[in-house]
Amino acid sequence: MLAYLLRRLAWGAVTVVGVLLFLFWLFFLYADPQDVARRALGEKAPPEAVAQWLANHGYDKPAVWNPAAPLDTRLADHLRRMLTFDFGKSDADDTPIAARLADGIGPTLSVTVPLLLLGLPLAVSLALLVAFFRETYIDRAGVVLSVLAMSVSILIYILGGQFLLGKVLRWFPISGFDPDPGVVLRFLALPVLVGLVSHLGSDVRFYRAVFLEESNRDYVRTARAKGASDARVMARHVLPNALIPVLTNVSLAIPFLFTGSLLLESFFGIPGLGSITVEAIHANDFATLRVMVYLGALLFVAAQVLTDVAYTLVDPRVRLG
Amino acid sequence: MEGHVAGNLGAAALVLLLAFAAWRVRGSRRGRERFGEIVRRRPWASAVVALYLGVALLDSFAWIDAAAPGTVAAPRSLLDRVFPADFGERSYSAPLADAEFYGGEPLAHPGRHLLGTDILGRDVLHLALGGARVALLIGGVTSLLAIPLAIAFGVAAGYFGRRVDDVVFFVLSTLASIPSLLLLVALVMVLGRGTLQVCVALAITSWVGFCRVVRGETMKLRELDYVQAARALGVSDARILARHVVPNLGHLVVITFVLTFSQLVLSEAILSWLGVGIDGSWGQMIDQARDELARDPVIGWNLGAASAALFGLILAVNRLGDAVRDVLDPRTLRERAG
Repeated sequence: MLAYLLRRLAWGAVTVVGVLLFLFWLFFLYADPQDVARRALGEKAPPEAVAQWLANHGYDKPAVWNPAAPLDTRLADHLRRMLTFDFGKSDADDTPIAARLADGIGPTLSVTVPLLLLGLPLAVSLALLVAFFRETYIDRAGVVLSVLAMSVSILIYILGGQFLLGKVLRWFPISGFDPDPGVVLRFLALPVLVGLVSHLGSDVRFYRAVFLEESNRDYVRTARAKGASDARVMARHVLPNALIPVLTNVSLAIPFLFTGSLLLESFFGIPGLGSITVEAIHANDFATLRVMVYLGALLFVAAQVLTDVAYTLVDPRVRLG
Repeated sequence: MEGHVAGNLGAAALVLLLAFAAWRVRGSRRGRERFGEIVRRRPWASAVVALYLGVALLDSFAWIDAAAPGTVAAPRSLLDRVFPADFGERSYSAPLADAEFYGGEPLAHPGRHLLGTDILGRDVLHLALGGARVALLIGGVTSLLAIPLAIAFGVAAGYFGRRVDDVVFFVLSTLASIPSLLLLVALVMVLGRGTLQVCVALAITSWVGFCRVVRGETMKLRELDYVQAARALGVSDARILARHVVPNLGHLVVITFVLTFSQLVLSEAILSWLGVGIDGSWGQMIDQARDELARDPVIGWNLGAASAALFGLILAVNRLGDAVRDVLDPRTLRERAG
């Protein structure tokens, strides 16, 4: 067990290093520093200002190899900053990135956590219902509705939700955010609702496939042969065994919990990490974007390691080979 | 090379490719049966996809007419030629209106704009039809980049195993661990704006899934008796791959292509909204129209046309994709029999 854990952790660390090297190639080797500076300062910036900016942000150092001081390179700086979570300044306005992230995490979690907590039971129970009535009109209607729902772009869900529920029916404010606990729910209701609906189609379809695959197994046929009712077979036999792929799917959503939804947050004016990312895109702020990509990948790898370890605890069939 | 010349060549290549595929399908009994089965299962979706393809092809063949004195001639496609050359108005007009929406000035083409005009006075029906070419371009170019890459790396990793597999698996898991929208945005930011750049970014994010599927299937194929027999007979690796492995991946490529296509088009819509999409796409129309619902009175035809065009294609491709998977994938057949 310990050997497996260590091997899994080592593989996760290798992946994170791979991500860091990829980001280094993309943002420091492929992207020309002169170009990055011009984008931050404007096309007509004088050369001195560009040189000053490059020095301020560490873009003027040698990329990989510095014979005078081996650790004074962009690669070394990049790795040190990312691994110690000392993210430095934004490329756009020189504010410290870590402080902005700390401000944004609260609003982001207040959208994504309800989204996950409400969305998962909703999608799983709808999928169970559809799978229970497999090969009937309910099943066929459920599948067609899921495909209809997943064919709509999330942009249209957001614009439609804002227009219908915010402007025409006036149930919710169209956008905005206020951390005051008395009114925060009013602002969160619409983004959470839109987020729920936009994911429902593909989630129900996926979970339905999982449940159907599980209910074709031999042990389910045995349970039926014993005389267990359809409802009992679903609840006692299919659901617990299908939870593993369901949990895998949930673990894939963990990085999203923290990085937030770019679209929901910026459309609804929620000052979370998703909005920070969108602002970074509009401001050509490569430093912030780099940090967000890295954090997303780091959370993903961590979630994968945790899920794999959890499997070995839950499912005795998973070999530790 | 000028843009419209490249477009003509690309469209001609696509027509040749479609003709070749049709010839191959017609040539074999199994091909005819499977194609017929897909169309029988999804008649509507097939017809809609064919319609979009037709509109996109119409919009792909373009040439320049001699310019009137004092103007610059621009290439006009077959689709553009369906509409009058000076079909623009000055600003918004409602569908089939006789006057401008704000101000009530008479239109140059009263009652002729079936879906109205947008803020710059462009005909919305024309714009929405033009988006079909962009959507198919996104799916086509991205797949053209991603599929060969995925097959090359997936087959190499699955067939040779060991070190090759370790390296490919490392690259795959590295790219797969970056949340795809963030990766896509970072790539487009660094690569820059433009059709090819966006397609390259989409290809880098989407080849990972392709490659995993190909790698897994190759691992299974290399253990099959006929491949083992070929190895025992001393057939070279290159020949085994070309004769016995790659041809057996065809159905997977088709299935994955159809299932990925709608994701690519939807991703481009999100990129458009972030300001880094492709000119003329439905995503860009939606992005430009997003403030129109907040106006009073509401302007809905612009957003409605782009949304409906996007939704129609994605829905048809999704429905068709399910049928393609059911018919071509031997696994689903076995499940049904068992």
